[in-house]
Amino acid sequence: MTFDAHAIAKDFPILDRTIRDGKRLVYLDSGATSQKPNVVIEAESNFYRLHNAAVHRGAHQLAEEATDAYEGAREIVATFLNASVDEIIFTKSATESLNLISYAMGNAAPGNRFHLQAGDSIVVTEMEHHANLIPWQQLVARTGATLKWFSVTDEGRLDLSQVNSVIDEKTKVVALTHQSNVLGTINTLDAITKRAHEVGAVVVLDACQSVPHMKTDVKALDVDFLAFSGHKAVGPTGVGIFWGRAELLADLPPFLTGGSMIENVTMESATWAPAPKKFEAGVPNMAQAVGLGAALTYLTRIGMDNIHKHEIALTKYLIEGLSAISDLRIIGPKTTELRGGVVSFTLGDIHPHDLGQYLDSQGIAVRTGHHCAWPLTRKLGVPATTRASVYLYNTTDDLDALIVGVQGAQKYFGR
Amino acid sequence: MQLDNLYQEVILDHYKNPQNKKLSATFDAQVHHINPSCGDEITLNVTLEGNIIKNVSWDGVGCSISQASVSILTDLLIGKSLDQAQVIADSFMHLMQSKGTEKGDESLLEDAVALAGVSQYPARIKCALLGWMAFKDASVQALAKQA
Repeated sequence: MTFDAHAIAKDFPILDRTIRDGKRLVYLDSGATSQKPNVVIEAESNFYRLHNAAVHRGAHQLAEEATDAYEGAREIVATFLNASVDEIIFTKSATESLNLISYAMGNAAPGNRFHLQAGDSIVVTEMEHHANLIPWQQLVARTGATLKWFSVTDEGRLDLSQVNSVIDEKTKVVALTHQSNVLGTINTLDAITKRAHEVGAVVVLDACQSVPHMKTDVKALDVDFLAFSGHKAVGPTGVGIFWGRAELLADLPPFLTGGSMIENVTMESATWAPAPKKFEAGVPNMAQAVGLGAALTYLTRIGMDNIHKHEIALTKYLIEGLSAISDLRIIGPKTTELRGGVVSFTLGDIHPHDLGQYLDSQGIAVRTGHHCAWPLTRKLGVPATTRASVYLYNTTDDLDALIVGVQGAQKYFGR
Repeated sequence: MQLDNLYQEVILDHYKNPQNKKLSATFDAQVHHINPSCGDEITLNVTLEGNIIKNVSWDGVGCSISQASVSILTDLLIGKSLDQAQVIADSFMHLMQSKGTEKGDESLLEDAVALAGVSQYPARIKCALLGWMAFKDASVQALAKQA
């Protein structure tokens, strides 16, 4: 099948609408959330229309159908990540996934391999989204452990020169992003996973910006836990994924407790069901999980390698186009090597919020601000940037519109 | 174009030539306010003489709306009484919440009526209010010091 972004865009009904007095919508904010194809919208609404019932309970046909649909979605996610089906946990978001692991570790009693105490360390990086920073800050505050981090170089890469001292025998967790949501940098993980496993630490990967855009094989990555969100992968909001190695999930205490996640309950105590149920208390976001299953099936049909190749071509085109604009400075790697399709930049004295507003007047949707990675933007000396991010439905027409829009903003604010 | 309602000349003028954007050496109160959604920051000093606003100075980073708004604020409020400032601030707040239905009282708000267009862009209202919230905070602190 040949890859045709114009044809793909027709699957996404929102891309047909107009913005601000009839302008064509140029959606370049998929790094924040992606748009949804008809198959996802239909899968979610058909669940409510035809199959809605509480999963895993009830002696009726609807409950059976709902359970089949929900568990079917879990199988799709497992296949998509090359994981085992019982290693896939549905959460409400990637943020919840990362809170799940950090709170679960905080619940680990002495003697449990996940127990943390003063003297232990957790290692993160300077390029983390707040969702993969603050839960760990909070965990060290609760346990007396120490937070350490890898710094970011001027080129927007992780400085791994001190990997053996940053990660040491006291390190229990290394939590990092697979792809920066600000810089676009794709982190190579080999040195980190090797060192982490050498000292008995687990590696938690925030894959929000990578799973939707490239083929992801959790076994090949050699990480221990992984989180991503459905809504960035053409799926619905309200569903995220937490993946963990089966043997680790067996030892990890639960985070949320309640219905569905138990094995046995008395008035005094309870025991836990095995994973994934141990981590899915309450009636889950069923329709959203089913929608995510449809989303990943859709992406798989198009082909993750095709999507990645398309995005790399767009990123190259965008970097070249933006680089030709005077006063424009790209924040992050200037080549497409180990780099995904988010491109952040500054434009002379024009504040990103003003630039974003001008682009919006032209129908172009971008993100502006610190992108929930405030320590990184502070480190780079740019309190805010403008970010364009591409996905499978974007075309060079969209990028041409952005480039013209940026030049238009220079004229507009230069008056 | 509708955007021109937002970016009136007077706003861009204040953005390029901000008034009182140099922190005074002395002050009765100094505050630091942040807009967490976009990262804009402002430090603002207030000096009172009894009930009169003797000086307002500031420094900060932010978009044209937030920077122009605080620049206009200093022009408007220096020399006024705290009671007058309250009336002006209430009127400005009302204008920001008007969703584009009001033009603002020019005799009271002067250059600040140029920010009326902001009220049509919900995401930008907090930009325009950053300096005003900082002033409110600082003036309360400065007044408390007098007691």
